[in-house]
Amino acid sequence: MAEAQNIPVGSTTAGSIAVAAESTVATRMSAPPSFDVADFPVPHGREEEWRFTPLERLRGLHDGTATATGTGVKVDVQAPEGVTVETVGRDDARLGRAGTPVDRVAAQAYSSFEQASVVTVPKETVLTEPIRVAVHGEGGVAYGHQIIELGAFAEAVVVIDHTGDAVLAANVDYVLGDGAKLTVVSVQDWDEKAVHVAQHNALVGRDASFKSVVVTFGGDVVRLHPRVTYAGTGGEAELYGLYFTDAGQHQEHRLLVTHNTPHCKSNVAYKGALQGDEAHAVWIGDVLIEAKAEGTDTYEMNRNLVLTDGARVDSVPNLEIETGEIVGAGHASATGRFDDEQLFYLMARGIPEHEARRLVVRGFFAELVQQIGVKDIEERLLAKIEEELEASVG
Amino acid sequence: MATLEIRDLHVTVEADNATKEILKGVDLTVKQGETHAIMGPNGSGKSTLAYSLAGHPKYTITGGTVLLDGEDVLEMSVDERARAGLFLAMQYPVEVPGVSVSNFLRTSATAIRGEAPKLRTWVKEVKETMERLHMDPSFAERNVNEGFSGGEKKRHEILQLELLKPKIAVLDETDSGLDVDALRIVSEGVNRVRETGEVGTLLITHYTRILRYIKPDHVHVFAGGRIVESGGPELADKLESEGYEAYTKGGASE
Repeated sequence: MAEAQNIPVGSTTAGSIAVAAESTVATRMSAPPSFDVADFPVPHGREEEWRFTPLERLRGLHDGTATATGTGVKVDVQAPEGVTVETVGRDDARLGRAGTPVDRVAAQAYSSFEQASVVTVPKETVLTEPIRVAVHGEGGVAYGHQIIELGAFAEAVVVIDHTGDAVLAANVDYVLGDGAKLTVVSVQDWDEKAVHVAQHNALVGRDASFKSVVVTFGGDVVRLHPRVTYAGTGGEAELYGLYFTDAGQHQEHRLLVTHNTPHCKSNVAYKGALQGDEAHAVWIGDVLIEAKAEGTDTYEMNRNLVLTDGARVDSVPNLEIETGEIVGAGHASATGRFDDEQLFYLMARGIPEHEARRLVVRGFFAELVQQIGVKDIEERLLAKIEEELEASVG
Repeated sequence: MATLEIRDLHVTVEADNATKEILKGVDLTVKQGETHAIMGPNGSGKSTLAYSLAGHPKYTITGGTVLLDGEDVLEMSVDERARAGLFLAMQYPVEVPGVSVSNFLRTSATAIRGEAPKLRTWVKEVKETMERLHMDPSFAERNVNEGFSGGEKKRHEILQLELLKPKIAVLDETDSGLDVDALRIVSEGVNRVRETGEVGTLLITHYTRILRYIKPDHVHVFAGGRIVESGGPELADKLESEGYEAYTKGGASE
């Protein structure tokens, strides 16, 4: 039986530190999708898709003034045997199959990149070691395009690691063949001045499973737009995210899962901690269930833990349902301050305050950290959390 | 011998934009090896006394002193008090999502003892203590207080009491919400700690029921923010038959 539920947006958010607003138009952008930047007017900041973003800090990615410098980013791919790694030009037929740019910066990236990297895991190839993609900023402006493609029944884990300093706009396509299983961990561990705006397009094949783990720590502005559509029935998408937003940082994650095919599943869970003045996290979680997508099962959740005064969260879950013949659909968003009662309880057992805070924040992220499944990344992530907390306590 | 000395303790709390005095001059001395029961009607300030001793930020000390072996407790932070040997078993223990009981216990024991307990003996110690409290081993892998029943929360508090071995233990309504079986198990845990002779116990309760399992040396009646009568175990019998009416009539109850 169909069972749709719609939890009122903002019902559990705390007034002064969180703003939740109904976003009925979020799946309908101010211009239709296009590969050509000329099809998008320069945003002025009041558009639905730009209203939370500090355009003046995008270093010209949004208005055509950011010119690629040639020493923007260095991309290094390390792949186990059996995987094909290629660098291709703009005319490669495999480009753009997973999705079309939906905003000006994504279209700018598509119109401007010169070379794309294509990583292909042939059908029925099951990898036991992760593919590692290192994207290192060399201090310039860059436009990028990446394709990760898995043939039918192939299985792979891909770790994309962003470090260094750059002004980067990119599109990343994930193409999953029938029955394929792909886990992608995208780590944004940029230096503090970096600007990173990217659209991630996943096209999930019939009975395929896509798992995305987005981990954002660094950068001045990081704005990611993970999107999922299904190429056949029985597909599953799990989208997990963790962010730790520090003083002055703007970290924005905008998700859209389009259930365009019957009997597919999606589960979205993003958690963030914030600390410091002008720390700003934005989470937009859109799920669209089209009329033909009967039997859809979807849930999306965002939780934020505000550690200090002066931080701001905008969390906007949005569910549009065009058919009642679904298994389930729901969403939840909650933003809370660090719980003083938890702190008191732990300290009353002799645990010093900084240690108690560390326990609570690690606990907050624990269930998502476990989802990563790549040991060295999990450890690095936990170390990073400790480092951030040390900075705040010290 | 460890001694907790509370002298003329005054405590206020902010409520509805007003400052309200809850404790109005509490005097009490608890020595290692002794068990004191503090009994009183709802709203008399019993729990405020417990939380003030532990250092909860909600309460403001406006007068008086609290000394543990001559050291000024009121000058210590919450964690320092615990490390000095003060333990509060809470009436409403809070959930700490994502932090397992085993991780929590070990972190706490490390802080209290000043060094990490040796892993092998520690695991055995926790296991045996849990068995005595009729706690399933799987309990250690659950998150602190998350989804615990009322009885599980109280057993978890007493588990900590047994493992942390404080000098002074304040048990805030540990008996409330427990059925007879759970009350017996929890009381046995408290008695094991008492029998070592190394802990002074301050048992705060509304009911006389728990005193059938945990025999106090001293009984104090708490009303209107202070101790209004003190005596031996016979005072509990009097309260059992007569209730608190004699102490609340004068409008002293807050």
